[in-house]
Amino acid sequence: MGIEPDRLQFSWVSSAEATKFVQVATEVTLAIKDLGPNKNLVKTMPKVA
Amino acid sequence: MLSYIDKIKEISIRLLKECRVEMVIGFRKGTVPMMNEPHFAKSPEDVENFVWDSNCGINLCNYFTNRGEKIGILAKGCDSRNIVTHIIENKIKRDQLVIIGVPCKGMIDKRKISAMFEGEIGEVIENENNITVKGDGFEKNLNKKDVLQQNCAICIHRNPVIHDELVGELVEEQIDVDRYEDVREIEALPPQEKATYFEKLLEPCIRCYACRNACPLCYCPTCFTDESRPQWVGKGQDPTDVSTFHFLRAYHCAGRCTDCGACERSCPVGINMRVFTKKLEKDCLELFEWEAGLDPDVRPPLDTYRPGDPDEFIK
Repeated sequence: MGIEPDRLQFSWVSSAEATKFVQVATEVTLAIKDLGPNKNLVKTMPKVA
Repeated sequence: MLSYIDKIKEISIRLLKECRVEMVIGFRKGTVPMMNEPHFAKSPEDVENFVWDSNCGINLCNYFTNRGEKIGILAKGCDSRNIVTHIIENKIKRDQLVIIGVPCKGMIDKRKISAMFEGEIGEVIENENNITVKGDGFEKNLNKKDVLQQNCAICIHRNPVIHDELVGELVEEQIDVDRYEDVREIEALPPQEKATYFEKLLEPCIRCYACRNACPLCYCPTCFTDESRPQWVGKGQDPTDVSTFHFLRAYHCAGRCTDCGACERSCPVGINMRVFTKKLEKDCLELFEWEAGLDPDVRPPLDTYRPGDPDEFIK
């Protein structure tokens, strides 16, 4: 639907896997920083009072 | 296909007289050309109004959801698959239904035909393979094959998959049909172009929800678009809200859609929203070897777990 594949990531992390969670969060953040801000599916029309 | 009508009437009268059903759901002539409407025959006399031609594209499954009485229903290939889906989803019981199977050779696309002519179409006369379109100052013969609805042209289940009665000989199924040409083209687009494509596709949408109302799968008591606490999706014309509605509706039909074409047929502005449902249909086929509505005894992929289910997307 026009979202870059890297922008959406799935992972399976147990509550006992703190290191894995840190690693996944870091990787996702880096991947998304590379992509830049999301432009699609963002509301652009001004809100009417 | 036109010859079915005598048999349809005969079966319907028999079912009603023997009190095997309380009503038979079929079609009667609409008020404008190429628009047949649903007809509910509750007595043998009502049966007289039944018609059958190439304008019976509406999916009749929409009319028996959650009903309690015994019902006879005309079912084309796609309708019969939706009946199966309804049985699987407990929207009707199998023993409540007498399914009158109608082998189908495809329905004609009224929008395509209307677009061929300048003025208003006054009359459409049909025979086995051709139709004659008459209007103010024009008359033209068309081959039915050239003006089929797109979902009918690529249909691979023309015969009813489940039936108690049959109104005619089974028709030959189409083989070697490439069902997903358009989906593959869209899949190949880079994300940004895809977004632009969808935005353009959905630009004319007026949020009338005709597609949802015509869809036999959309039977939720309150649709997510109508909910206000929480409000899942904005109700305005913002392109993001419009596409959210269409994406989400398609996802709700994943593994259930039979590509009957009711949504596209009912759309007043002619949006081909079937590209979304077809993409999910393609995924279901490729990932789960699943085609919706073929067997009432097999559970659909979304409520079964198999150890081999694809999970490569989970990192």
